[in-house]
Amino acid sequence: MESRAHRFKQNAVDSLANPVLQASMKKAKGKFVDKRAIAIKEIDDFEATREAAKRIRNQVIENLDLWLEKFEQTATARGAKVLWAKDGAEICRLVVEIGKQHGVKKAVKSKSMLSEEAGLNLALAAAGIQPVETDLGEYILQINDNEPPSHIIAPVVHKSLDEVADLFHKTHHTPRKTDIPQLTREAREVLREHFLTAEMGISGGNFLIAETGSVALVTNEGNGRMVTTLPRVHVVVTGIEKVIPTLEDLATLMRLLPRSATGQSISNYVSVLTGTKAEGESDGPEHLYFILVDNGRAEVVGSEFQDMLRCIRCGACMNHCPVYQTIGGQAYGWVYPGPMGSVLTPLYTGLENALDLPHAATLCNQCGVVCPVKIPLPELLRKLREKQVERHLRPWFERLAFRLWAWVASRPALYGLGTRFAVRYLEWLADGKGSISRLGLAPEWTQGRNFPAPEGKTFRELYAQRGRNG
Amino acid sequence: MKVALFVTCLVDLMRPRIGFAAIELLEAAGCEVVVPPSQTCCGQPAWNSGDRAAAAKLAKKVIAEFEAYEAIVAPSGSCADHIRSEYPVILADEPEWQARAVALGSRVYELTDFLVNVAKLENVPGSFTGRITYHDSCTGLRSLGIKAQPRALLAKLPGVELQEMNGAEECCGFGGTFSVKFGEISAAIAERKCANACATGAAAIVGGDLGCLLNIEGKLRRMGDESTQVLHIAEVLTAK
Ligand code: SF4
Repeated sequence: MESRAHRFKQNAVDSLANPVLQASMKKAKGKFVDKRAIAIKEIDDFEATREAAKRIRNQVIENLDLWLEKFEQTATARGAKVLWAKDGAEICRLVVEIGKQHGVKKAVKSKSMLSEEAGLNLALAAAGIQPVETDLGEYILQINDNEPPSHIIAPVVHKSLDEVADLFHKTHHTPRKTDIPQLTREAREVLREHFLTAEMGISGGNFLIAETGSVALVTNEGNGRMVTTLPRVHVVVTGIEKVIPTLEDLATLMRLLPRSATGQSISNYVSVLTGTKAEGESDGPEHLYFILVDNGRAEVVGSEFQDMLRCIRCGACMNHCPVYQTIGGQAYGWVYPGPMGSVLTPLYTGLENALDLPHAATLCNQCGVVCPVKIPLPELLRKLREKQVERHLRPWFERLAFRLWAWVASRPALYGLGTRFAVRYLEWLADGKGSISRLGLAPEWTQGRNFPAPEGKTFRELYAQRGRNG
Repeated sequence: MKVALFVTCLVDLMRPRIGFAAIELLEAAGCEVVVPPSQTCCGQPAWNSGDRAAAAKLAKKVIAEFEAYEAIVAPSGSCADHIRSEYPVILADEPEWQARAVALGSRVYELTDFLVNVAKLENVPGSFTGRITYHDSCTGLRSLGIKAQPRALLAKLPGVELQEMNGAEECCGFGGTFSVKFGEISAAIAERKCANACATGAAAIVGGDLGCLLNIEGKLRRMGDESTQVLHIAEVLTAK
């Protein structure tokens, strides 16, 4: 997927001006946040579970090569082929090759963020293989001219029912309906045909289990099972950081993932898929491929951003982020939105391509508090800002402003004089009113709010006076 | 107990009254208050913008100015936390300075936290009458655990009726430089905060961090609300 992260600011302004999106986001916020709050109470020791999950993820990431090797061995022993992709282009090349080798004309897909990173659908179509998204949300986006998703687990959270109704009516040439079960049934009927005729299924993977060589899939629609068991060929595309040691570790992580994501104790479907169809078995693919993708991850191992690789893609950080709640996910411009995206996008697509994202946060730390694997997101965002300054990627006036402020603030007499003038100037701007409606020096502030007027003198002036008087 | 007041640059510039209220409260709690005259800014804006060199320079200045005192109090959770938690990180490459930062950090407090947990203030001098609602500022709340302290102090004023708002713990959208880098997003978040606060019917929105309060007040006034007061807790507790 081509990144539009460099246009963050404009994207955000567009989102603020989109009433349908605003209404949808308001609705979604309550749902995610409130449901999670209730669901985590079901776990006696939530904090200890978070700590355990953090440990499991760290254990793997600190020795990623060893765990990947182990996974490759066990998966291969169960009849799978393990392939490695360096970047998005390589994912596309490998999947197309596999498709060609097995004479594939149509591929059904279950949600996979990696395939979004790679822009896989376009590559498949170009190679004469029809890709069909089968996750309801992803399907809606696909028939809407391949619109990008706005959330990692609820890709159409920004859309209204009316928009979906129009889209189905237009695409399926059926009478327009707004009843959700009816719409779902309509999609299911369209998709059933595809499930039965596709030669290849492509899925992501929530976790790879080293002990057994399995992939774990966590979904709420039955589509994941169909994609992975009906077609002859199953291709799993995941990031290399997704591996975990054992099935028991999976159990620990599963106590956190659905609760953090949707506030469910467990999602509707959890599949642990191992190996190809053995003789005598009735379902499962004849050919199973794992494409394990780097796409920027290996470089993060051992760096000061390594904590980010613990991410289990639950989406809690975005659901709780005041900025995400206000502008939605598409404004972030790449596959991953919200606080996690503001860290991942610059890391994976280049610091210089996402200059705004590390700054697009109030550092309120709501994300850090809810993250089930304790990723210190605000700290990572701040570190990215520091990297930008080091590499001279920030605008010169911004760098100068902080230098200048530090220079003045290190000189108390000058600071005292400067603040005295600043306060007088602000008072003059306020013109006897309690607040200023247009601030020349920080015009952004007064776009949507006033700036309160100062009291008239600085504390140091008044304190000095008080000293003289009393 | 001898306490040094860290005034904060925003209080210095915008609301000196809060600084004097803090002095009054500390004195009411039996402390001797000193205001080191050369203090300016804790350096938080520079640090949050990625300018480590500038942040380190100001951190050292603050350490040198304040390390002689038994306790250092700031009428701001975010500045207190910046000194306490971030200085040791900022100065990680300079072990000597880092040790001084850690030593100072353990004696730095946010005002209400200090009044309740250290100085054990009994009687508050204020006399506010009416309904108020309290906004929990992010850093104070999530880093320093400031939640019960301001409420305990407000409960000492018989005329105050505290009505909690929905989402009291949600960010108001200020975020320091965020508020000027992304003015429209920031103001949109502030709008939600104001709506929640106003829905309580409170005559005053009260908080412990001036940055948030300027943001909230600015949004209220832009929304045409001229009557709801926006006050720092120190103002309420002293009737300044
Ligand atoms: S960063 Fe944490 S909260 Fe955000 S998606 Fe990843 S695991 Fe979930």
